[in-house]
Amino acid sequence: MSDRLTVLKTYKLYVGGKFPRSESGRVYEVSDSKGNWLANAPLSSRKDARDAVVAARKAFGGWSGATAYNRGQVLYRVAEMLEGRKAQFVREVADAEGLSKSKAADQVDATIDRWVWYAGWTDKIAQVVGGGNPVAGPFFNLSSPEPTGVVAVLAPQESSFLGLVSVLAPVIATGNTAVVVASENSPLPALSLGEVLATSDVPGGVVNVLSGRTAELAAPLAAHQDVNAIDLAGAGADEALAKELEIAAADNLKRVLRPQPVDNWAAAPGIDRMTAFLETKTVWHPTGSLGASGSSY
Amino acid sequence: MASASASAFEYAPAPESRSVVDIAPSYGLFIDGEFTEAADGKVFKTVSPATEEVLSEIAQAGEADVDRAVKAARKAFEKWSALPGSERAKYLFRIARIIQERSRELAVLETLDNGKPIKETRDADLPLVAAHFFYYAGWADKLDHAGFGTSPRPLGVAGQVIPWNFPLLMLAWKIAPALATGNTVVLKPAETTPLSALFFADICRQAGLPRGVVNILPGYGDTGAALVGHPDVNKVAFTGSTAVGKEIARTVAGSRKKLTLELGGKGANIVFDDAPIDQAVEGIVNGIFFNQGQVCCAGSRLLVQESIQDELLESLKRRLSTLRLGDPLDKNTDIGAINSAEQLSRITTLVEAGEAEGAERWSAACELPSSGYWFAPTLFTNVTQAHTIARDEIFGPVLSVLSFRTPDEAVAKANNTQYGLSAGIWSEKGSRILAVANKLRAGVVWSNTFNKFDPTSPFGGYKESGFGREGGRHGLEAYLDV
Repeated sequence: MSDRLTVLKTYKLYVGGKFPRSESGRVYEVSDSKGNWLANAPLSSRKDARDAVVAARKAFGGWSGATAYNRGQVLYRVAEMLEGRKAQFVREVADAEGLSKSKAADQVDATIDRWVWYAGWTDKIAQVVGGGNPVAGPFFNLSSPEPTGVVAVLAPQESSFLGLVSVLAPVIATGNTAVVVASENSPLPALSLGEVLATSDVPGGVVNVLSGRTAELAAPLAAHQDVNAIDLAGAGADEALAKELEIAAADNLKRVLRPQPVDNWAAAPGIDRMTAFLETKTVWHPTGSLGASGSSY
Repeated sequence: MASASASAFEYAPAPESRSVVDIAPSYGLFIDGEFTEAADGKVFKTVSPATEEVLSEIAQAGEADVDRAVKAARKAFEKWSALPGSERAKYLFRIARIIQERSRELAVLETLDNGKPIKETRDADLPLVAAHFFYYAGWADKLDHAGFGTSPRPLGVAGQVIPWNFPLLMLAWKIAPALATGNTVVLKPAETTPLSALFFADICRQAGLPRGVVNILPGYGDTGAALVGHPDVNKVAFTGSTAVGKEIARTVAGSRKKLTLELGGKGANIVFDDAPIDQAVEGIVNGIFFNQGQVCCAGSRLLVQESIQDELLESLKRRLSTLRLGDPLDKNTDIGAINSAEQLSRITTLVEAGEAEGAERWSAACELPSSGYWFAPTLFTNVTQAHTIARDEIFGPVLSVLSFRTPDEAVAKANNTQYGLSAGIWSEKGSRILAVANKLRAGVVWSNTFNKFDPTSPFGGYKESGFGREGGRHGLEAYLDV
């Protein structure tokens, strides 16, 4: 069968639950670690970034308003769907990162497990970081975490799939919606993930995946007045860029997660990436008083 | 001063004695456990906003002083952070107790320097100041259990810049968690209200706090900028205006400094038709006229359900006519002085813009004292969401009234702002309160109450009201390496 011509895949963006090409009509060449051509990925424009923000904002009400149990189910469904498509992702990750098949398989396994880990967090994070406060007075109040809104995520450059999911999953597990800029040189696993998300009950617009030049896409996202937070992981290697983006983000006081060096994305993630994009709301109520007769239980 | 409706029931003056506080003619900077002059010898005066009397002359910190204070704090950090938490706790408990002992003195001092009524400093500010130190004292030896990992580390030197509206309370919000977690601090109080922070320096002395752990640098914005930008500061905490907050965020961009910001607000106070009207009126008054409305979480936008608008406004105006404006040291005073001439002119400008844009102004008829900075309780009707007074923070005793018909509309209007600090809901219906509270994008929501604070309860904003939380377990995070 060696003479069969393979069917090549046209990689597309994932925005608002659909798979558009870049509105700019541009693509760029993606190659493997040895420089062999793999595919042409969409070279997203600023307009694509803005469209993705619109889609993410539109999806925010429904996703943040869904029950935590429901969000957990959806995240677990992503793991289920990935499990069935493992072979595809092993191949894409191996190509992208120049890994052996078994190393790439480890990465994909860890990535699937990461979805499962976050699936279990959706209905627990509020109990861990929220709670009732012992107010001195005839009041009770509760502090509960709430998603901050639309989060722009610059995915790590080196870890094309595990790194990507490690920064994306906590954002949506906590009820935010995301605009993700995939690893610039290795965007293909991210673009394929869009296909998995689309068939995993994740509502359209909750996750939007862009491929292209990180610096070009990050600038309008950092400056966008309708983006509430930004994760600068993917700008980490370029300190000047990260600083510039942080300055732009100050304009509407976006929550900024600064780049932290991560040696090993497979290590236990902890809850920091979830709490980074949560607000705390404290709601007060008077309790009234029953007087002496009711005061001793 | 009495309201215009003065009658046979006029109050006799009940002034608190100012003899309990001894204000020196001049104060230095507090660096490394000692009062010292500014390196360049600069000074400024602090006045009582109620009388324009000069209270004292204060050393004004410059860049060299900031550097000296940061160095002192850095040196002190080594030992302070290495102390067992239980020892740090005891220092903080001592401070809390000394504040309680000296609370009458501090309340009078704060009223003199800030212009707010003595009943507020005495009954709200000072008890909360002591409570914050008491609360965070207890955390110092329990940080392993706070949910930030098994041995969370302090950050180092905290540079803290606080506003003039709650001078001592904001100091407590900043210093108590910083010290409990093992950081040392350099704090800049506002230029119009430096005195209570300098008295706090004396409390640190009485408590035997090691030198350099707390440093106080009075000054203007440039002092704050020097502190925030100092390369050896590890953490920046700021409470103040959104514009300055953005500037600070730009300054620390690209550095490893951890940043928390408590900024402006334009809180919506939503009154539904089933609300207990009398309580709601008290809540509205408390929401916007507490501390002359110079409160970041003030309920400055009243959203009232259309069907009860007339009735509510009538009650509200009647109530406002009974507020007593005048000598802040008088125990009967409800409305004190505006903090500064500058702030008064800001309020006046915005109120003029409100009138120019067609909103209808109503001010309580009350006589304003001839010296000092004063503004009568004011409300605007006929306000639309596009009006400047409905959008910009006024930070004064000015309420904008808007109406709504449905809960959805109330939520949409409440959230239609760049800010997200506070909101209020007034309704007898519990399910409605919970549903509306859920949808409001604000860091603190008061249902059937307003402007309640407690050291155990996280406080802070969404959106352009800043980030980070102060108070409670959450307040520790800002000062830990997590």
